[in-house]
Amino acid sequence: SSHEHKLNFKRSKEACLSYIQDAMLQKQWKRAAEFLTFYVESLEKDYSREPIGPSEMIWRIGTEILCHHSRSSTKEFNCFMEQMKTLGVKRYLKVCLEHVFHLLCNGQIDEAYQNLSLAESWRFGEQTALQDKEMKLIQAYRGLLDYYSWSKQKNILLEHGKCLDGFADLSVEQEMHSCFRKAAMNLKEIIKIPGVWDLFVKCYVDLLEFYGDHNEACQVLNEYAYNSKFPANPNAHVYLYQFLKRQGESKKSLISALKILHDIVPSHELMIDFNTMLQKSKKRKKRRLGLEVIFAALDYAGWKENVKAWSCLARQVKQIVISGKHLDWIKQEWNSRKDWWPAFHFSRYLAKRNWQENKSLSYEKALVAGILLGKDCKYFKYVSHQGCKAQVKRFRMLKKFVNRHNPVYLRISG
Amino acid sequence: RDFNERCAQCSEVNWGLTDGGRYYCRSCHNVTERTREVVNTDFMTNSRVQTISKGSRKQEKTGIGCEWYVCEGFQLVLKKQAEALEALGVCPQMKDEVLYSFWRCYLQKSKQAYCNRPSGETVKTLSVCESSTDVDSEAGRSNLLHLLSLSESEGELQTDCSFASSMSKVSESTSVYSGSVDGSLYLMKNQKEKLRMTMPMTLSFCYMALLWLREPITLSELLRFVVEGHIPYLNVFQHFPEKMKLCGLDLKIFCVESWPVYEEVYNKMLELAAFLDLPRFPDITDSCFLHPDMLCIKYLMEANLPDELHNWTCRVVKKIGIGEVDFLTLVPGNKSTRKVKYDILAAAVIVVVLKLLFLLDDNYEWLLSDFAEERNKNNKEGGLYFEFKKWYKVVKHSLDVEQKKLDEERAKYLWRCEKPLFYSVKNKSKVLKRRQMVVNLQNQFGKLSGSEQCAEKPNPSSFQLSWSEENTDGSCFHGHSLKGILQEKCGLLTAMNPDYWLCTVKLCNEKLCGHLAHYREVDFPQSYHFVLRLFSFLLRIQPSYIHDEVCMIEHKLFNKKLYKKLKYNTVLRK
Repeated sequence: SSHEHKLNFKRSKEACLSYIQDAMLQKQWKRAAEFLTFYVESLEKDYSREPIGPSEMIWRIGTEILCHHSRSSTKEFNCFMEQMKTLGVKRYLKVCLEHVFHLLCNGQIDEAYQNLSLAESWRFGEQTALQDKEMKLIQAYRGLLDYYSWSKQKNILLEHGKCLDGFADLSVEQEMHSCFRKAAMNLKEIIKIPGVWDLFVKCYVDLLEFYGDHNEACQVLNEYAYNSKFPANPNAHVYLYQFLKRQGESKKSLISALKILHDIVPSHELMIDFNTMLQKSKKRKKRRLGLEVIFAALDYAGWKENVKAWSCLARQVKQIVISGKHLDWIKQEWNSRKDWWPAFHFSRYLAKRNWQENKSLSYEKALVAGILLGKDCKYFKYVSHQGCKAQVKRFRMLKKFVNRHNPVYLRISG
Repeated sequence: RDFNERCAQCSEVNWGLTDGGRYYCRSCHNVTERTREVVNTDFMTNSRVQTISKGSRKQEKTGIGCEWYVCEGFQLVLKKQAEALEALGVCPQMKDEVLYSFWRCYLQKSKQAYCNRPSGETVKTLSVCESSTDVDSEAGRSNLLHLLSLSESEGELQTDCSFASSMSKVSESTSVYSGSVDGSLYLMKNQKEKLRMTMPMTLSFCYMALLWLREPITLSELLRFVVEGHIPYLNVFQHFPEKMKLCGLDLKIFCVESWPVYEEVYNKMLELAAFLDLPRFPDITDSCFLHPDMLCIKYLMEANLPDELHNWTCRVVKKIGIGEVDFLTLVPGNKSTRKVKYDILAAAVIVVVLKLLFLLDDNYEWLLSDFAEERNKNNKEGGLYFEFKKWYKVVKHSLDVEQKKLDEERAKYLWRCEKPLFYSVKNKSKVLKRRQMVVNLQNQFGKLSGSEQCAEKPNPSSFQLSWSEENTDGSCFHGHSLKGILQEKCGLLTAMNPDYWLCTVKLCNEKLCGHLAHYREVDFPQSYHFVLRLFSFLLRIQPSYIHDEVCMIEHKLFNKKLYKKLKYNTVLRK
């Protein structure tokens, strides 16, 4: 507020800063720019004691304003970034990196590449060692851009494979290989550091696969998924799984690849594949796990209307009921769910809606409901009635099946 | 020395000089035989001080500039300020005679000029360091380092960090120095007894001179003009001549990074007046602008209050004796009387009058307003009765608008100027580069700011809020009558409000805790706070200062009742 007891430089600039923040939050870019002009003279004062000094403030605020202001141009933006680079040597590489991100977001790939190369060659005494992390990132992103170049050239070659143009192919091929070498080197480096490098890993693996180095690819993906130093990352397991699948690996290794994914993200879309594989297994433990997996997935609202998921559950439940063995599995799974699944999945309202919108969905769900809640439950009654009325054969079969196995329900619910 | 005798004919102290150099009384044109000492006018125009006993001046051949002393710098500052005041309408006497005389007197008393330097005290400059074993200079340098590091932690005028750290290396060839000859000495020595000159003190000098001449500028106005840029203060060193190079420790002396505070300037002025052994200042009589009766008129107008309230303010002033000449006139050195802050006093009188008439307890004033509104409906006299509610709405709206503008202006304040400041030649290039970048960024973002780029200073005006009778929207309350809230008793009009609440039952000891009372917004009615806020805005001071004066006035006003009834009940009947 206004009652500043002693209005001095520092307080005045703090007030100025809060006006800038307000303007930015309300997307009033002209006003933000106006107040920024009054703030910039803070640069002439030394704030080395504060955690965030005016030079960093101006860099970040200026970037935002120039991004959003209607009248700013890329030329102005680049000019501004160059000035910011000279402002703080301790931040030089970080500013370069963020500049590159902006260029990439604006589709200026070539300029981004130039800036990355320039930044890579920067040396400044002990600062170079201090900013090692940023340097690695810069190299990594350059590697990424090299990968994209490689990818483009690869596609060109594949296209040309259709027509016969020998000479042009050779130079493109050579360039492609050189891109590969540059990319591979940098990508390999960055994924050694614990972190989340999804995009980099994917690209690197793609390169390795193309040149046939499957061992290395497998090793990289295993490291990425299982090295405890790396943060838990569901995608790592997905990539590994997809790779193994591409390589035609055994079900056993595919299953083990997905196991941790189920633990981390029980609602992952691959759970269907997982359940399918597990159901078919000869090992009892695996089939048991399969049931657990599919029940867990359907705990999530996003799966409520997924026909495939329901059909997996329905199939497995049906199979267990018919065989008469392992009913206790169903009982165990149902125990923690019987209080809320009925309202969550099997309400009368949902019965109506499912029947209207998706007959297959209602079929699968009705089967599950019939077994778990008995033939007198709302859901089953409504759907089977509707189905029989409509004279759809499978619903008649469903009704018969559930009626026949009604005692199962009694055993489960008891 | 200034001529302070009262005129034989008219007893005024208002002297001018005839062409023959004789004193004549400006009030009655009585010419005396007293002549004035010849003044060395070189003092004002030339930056060289002739009488400093140091030795001959040398013009540095390296082109760095001439030698100059800190007091010369301040003299220039005062000159600029006086010229600005003259441009605002203050009489030229202020600059040529009063201010200059005060300054000369100060220099004499603080032994910076016009005297023989006591033996043994040479002006020491820390020169370029050789690997000397001189203990003195080592100690001196480390003291200065200490000074510099202290200021760093205060956040005021931080030095370039690398600069400070390089000082600790004895082998470095750079040194702590200043452009002025005695800059380092100025800061180092304990100057408490000699009242070391500072930038805020220049304003104390100005105010003292204005008060001596009884010019119609209050201290709060003076400070407002300073902030608005009509009086040089911030970056005044820009106007130093080229040859007076400013660097190093000079920056700590001449560069300001905060606005002068009323209390600080005022107290320094009192100190200064005592230090200079000044006699009783010219009388503040009831025809003076600074008299509460006069100032109340101004503030009532600015606050958009009815003119009729002036009768009430005069009554209060008379009743508690704060309109007396002896109360109002400054007698330096007299510690027993409370010193008068004319502007705050007048504002406080108005607040007290409002409390007398409207109670301001967040309840009564609104009821009274409704009552006045009713009476207005049946009012056949032509003039409207004053309604508090309407006034509050109008004034609050304007106040909020102006306050918002002021807050934004304060956030937009530019402190730096084109003239670069650097501590040493070593970081000159860095400073210049930074400056260049700042200018570039200002241009770049300035273009994105939008079309309105008004860089002109608003014209200096005495009134910040103005209300015109010609407005047909009824937003001017000057002509309104108080009859709506008064009643007739024994042929006299008295306030309908029979009650009054004291801001505080007991006054604090000002000397111990600095205030007469401690104001917290939450402890008081909102209407009271609003009124304080209004005057706080006009005078650009904290509401607590006005609150102090209100307490003081109340205690004078209800003196008898307070000591008669030692109750804790704060509601008294008048």
